[in-house]
Amino acid sequence: MYVAVKGGEQAIDAAHRLLADARRGDRTVPELGIAQIAQQLALAVDRVMTEGSLYDRDLAALAIKQARGDLIEAVFLLRAYRTTLPRLAVSLPIDTAAMAVERRISATFKDLPGGQVLGPTFDYTHRLLDFALAAEEGATEPAPPAAEADLQPMPRVTDILAKEGLIAGEPADDDGPVGDITREPLVFPADHDLRLQSLARGDEGFLLGLGYSTQRGYGRTHPFAGEIRLGSVVVELVPEELGFPIDIGEVVVTECQMVNQFRGSKQQPPQFTRGYGLTFGHCERKAMAMALVDRALKTRDLGGEVTAPAEDDEFVLSHCDAVAASGFVEHLKLPHYVDFQGELAMVRTLRQAGENGDTDGERQ
Amino acid sequence: MSDQTGYNFAYLDEQTKRMIRRAILKAVAIPGYQVPFAGREMPLPYGWGTGGIQVTAAVIGPADVLKVIDQGADDTTNAVSIRRFFARTTGVATTTKTTEATLIQTRHRIPEHPLSEGQIIIYQVPIPEPLRRMEARDSETRKMHALQEYGVMHVKLYEDIVRFGRIATSYDYPVRVNGRYIMAPSPIPKFDNPKMDRMPALQLFGAGREKRIYAVPPYTRVESLDFEDHPFEVQRWEQACALCGAADSYLDEVVVDDQGGRMFVCSDTDHCAGRRQGADGTLQLLLPKDAAQ
Repeated sequence: MYVAVKGGEQAIDAAHRLLADARRGDRTVPELGIAQIAQQLALAVDRVMTEGSLYDRDLAALAIKQARGDLIEAVFLLRAYRTTLPRLAVSLPIDTAAMAVERRISATFKDLPGGQVLGPTFDYTHRLLDFALAAEEGATEPAPPAAEADLQPMPRVTDILAKEGLIAGEPADDDGPVGDITREPLVFPADHDLRLQSLARGDEGFLLGLGYSTQRGYGRTHPFAGEIRLGSVVVELVPEELGFPIDIGEVVVTECQMVNQFRGSKQQPPQFTRGYGLTFGHCERKAMAMALVDRALKTRDLGGEVTAPAEDDEFVLSHCDAVAASGFVEHLKLPHYVDFQGELAMVRTLRQAGENGDTDGERQ
Repeated sequence: MSDQTGYNFAYLDEQTKRMIRRAILKAVAIPGYQVPFAGREMPLPYGWGTGGIQVTAAVIGPADVLKVIDQGADDTTNAVSIRRFFARTTGVATTTKTTEATLIQTRHRIPEHPLSEGQIIIYQVPIPEPLRRMEARDSETRKMHALQEYGVMHVKLYEDIVRFGRIATSYDYPVRVNGRYIMAPSPIPKFDNPKMDRMPALQLFGAGREKRIYAVPPYTRVESLDFEDHPFEVQRWEQACALCGAADSYLDEVVVDDQGGRMFVCSDTDHCAGRRQGADGTLQLLLPKDAAQ
């Protein structure tokens, strides 16, 4: 005999206890510390800070621990925390030309002021499992000393090109007050500042796939990695009562500037155009993918016809957010008995009508 | 303030609530029009009721009595979760009784018991745009609403009739509000559509992921779209509820064995329990015969 199910509350409580137990796992294995995650899973922390749009290594590490290493869940935790914080001030634009650089490479010039600095990178490692790491106790050699080049000024490649007028400048309205997609609804077509914000918070995997699609012919943009740089920059703001900028701290960011061919239009001479990517911490793949998609999204502004998915701001920005996407995809787990019952009744009616031959028109 | 949680009353800060209330006021002033609002990221996932939760958080006060249902039931897990969220962050009284509630947050149903003046029903909305199935772009659909260019919707319904002999939409069945805007009633079964028409309660709709709020003020005309020769009709069952015997409520189908056995029970658990309530307060089975046939 059917009894209407009660007890959702107990079930939820029990599920939460099971989750906590599964998160901790085997109690004989030492528990992960937040500092260990922040230090040794640094790139996961960087990704969570970037997509969570909150620069706080410890909170991101906590989110990763709580989410059992599920980075999208960790991003969600961090976002849900961030949304409760007051927005106290808007900083001045960071100056990446004045970055204390850890890594800087250009694929467009063999050498340039400041030189090429490889920095800490997986590039050129052979992807062979290092079984020595499994031993856990192994001492790691200290880092090599910084080379001379690190201490020289490093102008950005795009600034070098801009001096000759070879790269398109950003429209003047980009110097106006920036929008905030966390405080205003996004409406389309979206301006460049809002596009960049959405992309910065966007899912790395989604943007990677879209960026890749532009390379394979779905909205070709002929990109060159003009420059990728990683390092810390000073964050400044102007308190109203002071009227001059003060430093409030430093953040580590990765910046990618793609330089793209552009044949020019009626209004503009042939020149290069820019695709821009910026992330918190070291998220190089994300920064590059973002730069590709940013450039693709400029297609309409540059007088081109929007044909590929990556060129369509409404398509890209509406679907790039992992928190929104995972929420809606996973909501299919929720009960849909009522709608399904409606569909069942409809299908039965249609089938019956078909058997009785009493449809007005053609049957599926 | 709810000191236990460290968060503001009803979780959202007062500035955010004010922003949402402004959107609600605009929505009430233009029935059926989707007002973009700066939806916040909530501690529950998008698609799980964040729009409804934000609307509820913006209108709830300490004296309110809250009911939360999902699929008509108070005890489905997500309804439990949302009800707890507000119990925790506001401390307001909660209820499962439709008549006792001042605020009802719902997913996919309107209670069977008619709502009255002074009550507010808040719908969780996944896709607020009724034209989305025909036109994916928001920039286009906004224009279509502005120009009342609703031909595609009628063509869609007409195509159903040509292919199936009837309109084959069973839930989220489009309505026209106050003779002007076409509106998605959220995925309630079309069975519930007539309840929206001239409802004495205020109806608010929140779509969190899509960042839209819309509303139907009390006693506003809500017509389900149809054609003269194919009038709107709702689902009917040959059975009555196997627990309370109701013949006029929306029924859930429950699979009772692997031999094709089915039974039908009220989707609205409060309605069902209310009908079965004995004088001594215990639940009676009004139809003791096995209804699983």
